[in-house]
Amino acid sequence: MTSLVFFYLACVVILSGGLTVVLSRNIIYAAFGLMAALAGVAGLFILSFAPFLALVQILIYGGAIVIVIIFALMLTKLEDFRTLSDHKHWPIALIASLLTLGTIVAAAFYTPVNLASRRGVDLSKMAHELFSQWAIPFEIASLLLLIALMGGVIMVRKTDSSDDK
Amino acid sequence: MIELTHFQVLSGLLFAIGLYGVLARRNLILVLMSIELMLNAVNINLIGYSSFMNASESHRALGHVLIIFVITVAAAELALAIAIILRLYRNKSSINTDDINIMKW
Repeated sequence: MTSLVFFYLACVVILSGGLTVVLSRNIIYAAFGLMAALAGVAGLFILSFAPFLALVQILIYGGAIVIVIIFALMLTKLEDFRTLSDHKHWPIALIASLLTLGTIVAAAFYTPVNLASRRGVDLSKMAHELFSQWAIPFEIASLLLLIALMGGVIMVRKTDSSDDK
Repeated sequence: MIELTHFQVLSGLLFAIGLYGVLARRNLILVLMSIELMLNAVNINLIGYSSFMNASESHRALGHVLIIFVITVAAAELALAIAIILRLYRNKSSINTDDINIMKW
């Protein structure tokens, strides 16, 4: 029963944060709404007995990704955002997202799943899986991070050719 | 008691919110933030299935492994997307999606 209370608390945090991201006029509020939503997801990880994933979520999403987004906001012009309205075709976006929601919820209710009671996965078991069966994807992921790092640096670097203004 | 359905409905709601943001917002950084919301919706679904499936522990550990990969790919994607956005801003002085139509045929 207590877990249900905490689940609904996390729901409120996640959904209000998400709605702040997509509806707010002020982009800084949107960034903090994103941070709240990510923290709520970390709460869900704790509810699912995965404290390590919650830690990773807080560290990488709350600590790194939101900070990088706020830096990007600072490096671009903030004044434009206040007046930048949504697309004029936003009702189409609303209809598309509602249809997606309906599809997901219908699939969730009508797909038979072999259920058991809620329980966690031992961290050492997860680490064993990650470094034995999924070792090659893990290495590829590290390579992906390296390539993304180098690509990001090369892309934003000032070049002496004439395309800088 | 929490059921798997709770996780699935929450995941669907967050995914729909993110999809609306991707389609309706005109600021590239807000579009990027909405994509992060959608990735987190997927993570909620994965952790739900990993907790509630009646399967062996090594199979359920796959959900956790996938969440770690999703977070990694999200970080890499965000770094590259921010680089592209800053480059666009430097070249066109705008991050409005309506102004970025050079690849429109």
